[in-house]
Amino acid sequence: MIPKLDIQNLSYSYHTMEGETQALCDISFQVEAGEFLAIAGPSGCGKSTLLSLISGLLKPDTGEILIDGERAEGGDERIGYMLQRDHLFEWRTIFSNACLGLEIQKKMDDAHKNKVRELLKTYGLAGFADSRPSELSGGMRQRAALIRTLALEPELMLLDEPFSALDYQTRLTVCDDISSIIRERNKTAVLITHDLSEAVSVADRILVLSERPGRIKSIHSIHFPEVADSPLKRRNCPEFSAYFNEIWNSLRK
Amino acid sequence: MHRRQNRYGSSALKYPEVFFMQFHESLAQQKFIALQKKRQQTVKIVRILLLIGVLMLWELCARAGIINDFIFSSPVKIWRCLFSMILDGSMFLHTGITALETIISFLLVTLIGIFGAVLLWSSKTLAEILDPYLVMLNSLPKSALAPILIVWLGSNMKTIIVAAVSVAVFGSILTLYNGFQHIDPDQIKLINALGGKKKDILFKVLLPGSVPLIVSNMKVNIGLCLVGVIIGEFLTARAGLGYLIIYGSQVFKLDLVMMAIVVLCVLSAGFYRGISRLSAYFLRQK
Repeated sequence: MIPKLDIQNLSYSYHTMEGETQALCDISFQVEAGEFLAIAGPSGCGKSTLLSLISGLLKPDTGEILIDGERAEGGDERIGYMLQRDHLFEWRTIFSNACLGLEIQKKMDDAHKNKVRELLKTYGLAGFADSRPSELSGGMRQRAALIRTLALEPELMLLDEPFSALDYQTRLTVCDDISSIIRERNKTAVLITHDLSEAVSVADRILVLSERPGRIKSIHSIHFPEVADSPLKRRNCPEFSAYFNEIWNSLRK
Repeated sequence: MHRRQNRYGSSALKYPEVFFMQFHESLAQQKFIALQKKRQQTVKIVRILLLIGVLMLWELCARAGIINDFIFSSPVKIWRCLFSMILDGSMFLHTGITALETIISFLLVTLIGIFGAVLLWSSKTLAEILDPYLVMLNSLPKSALAPILIVWLGSNMKTIIVAAVSVAVFGSILTLYNGFQHIDPDQIKLINALGGKKKDILFKVLLPGSVPLIVSNMKVNIGLCLVGVIIGEFLTARAGLGYLIIYGSQVFKLDLVMMAIVVLCVLSAGFYRGISRLSAYFLRQK
């Protein structure tokens, strides 16, 4: 079976007048369709650079990025990107914020608009369609941002620490929320995080990167019993701390 | 965390106790409100008394011969002068011309300012090339250009408008361009991630996000345009408040000069109020 995302020998460096900084060095891995992969690593190890490369915002120095076995172009419609902060624009209502991607891709027809309305309804934001972002709680805002991404019907979701700007309590519930939405819609997801417990609680596999320049240190498969089907339930399983320690040790080495 | 987004967010949602208090005011709260109201009233009354006091002192000094009313004029003489010019309609002509010139140059400055700043923003190379010239033109005293403008464009309204535009436009471009550069790079990344191009960044983030900046820049521009118009009218005009001031001083009709200055004060305050109203409307809309 062709993997959803196939990364081969990827390297990338940043260039400034002061010099060159190698961010990523010889990265190769695959993500299967429907899989939830988390990428963990110390700050500054090139995690965000990796996502920018996959989404086509940056061009790799060397290496290939294949989606469904084809070379990915910049601005691929199969990719949805979620940033650290929600970036809902205060000069737009929640509904028109959620439609931003559709507007840009010139897909603002009734079918798509109805789909956004339905998504808002499904995820409990129907009553806030005409509200301004500042009237919503942090968790609701992040859900609205997710709907903005889902409206474009991406198959591969790239999540760049989407929970890190939230306070701890909200973070746990939003993480539960968002990851179950992504699983329920059968999306393939790549999550970047520096929070190991978050990675263990949501992912099928965890990829650990080394310090700069980022190389793959180890890959861990995560298996929980069927009953533990949400991040919060996973956190209560006995396996949780075992996985946590395993990855913690791998990071420290 | 959402500092940028919350700029015009409503605070009522965050502070429900504000609503609560209106129904259950404690004695201390009532006292506080009464004190604040009284203070605001005092401010209003003293403000008006100050104006009346100064005018009366001026008039008294002029009548008693303490100051020479030929040179310093007096409130009553200014009023008589204004009244006669209102009666023969010439007041409306002069004020109207100055207002028209100011509005035209203000609109031009706003348009050229936004357009120029967008142009610089769209090309980093162009911005770097033009930067020293813009800075130089901005700091050049524009009154130095006026004589050349008269030679080039003639002694007419065109010259006055160009002079007024030249006073404000370079600063406007630089201010807006600087503001554009402080746009959150993550917001640009978001548009890119949604498949947007530079045009989408401009119309979906840059311009709507810069409305507060553009409005505050407009407030500065209206004042500068008025300065430019008056400079222009000093030099070349045959009508307008600036013309009245320079003509009045040349023929030693100081009543006329003072009257024109008073009208100019009212006019500029009116313009500023207009822009403030406009900005309040825009910021609520957005």
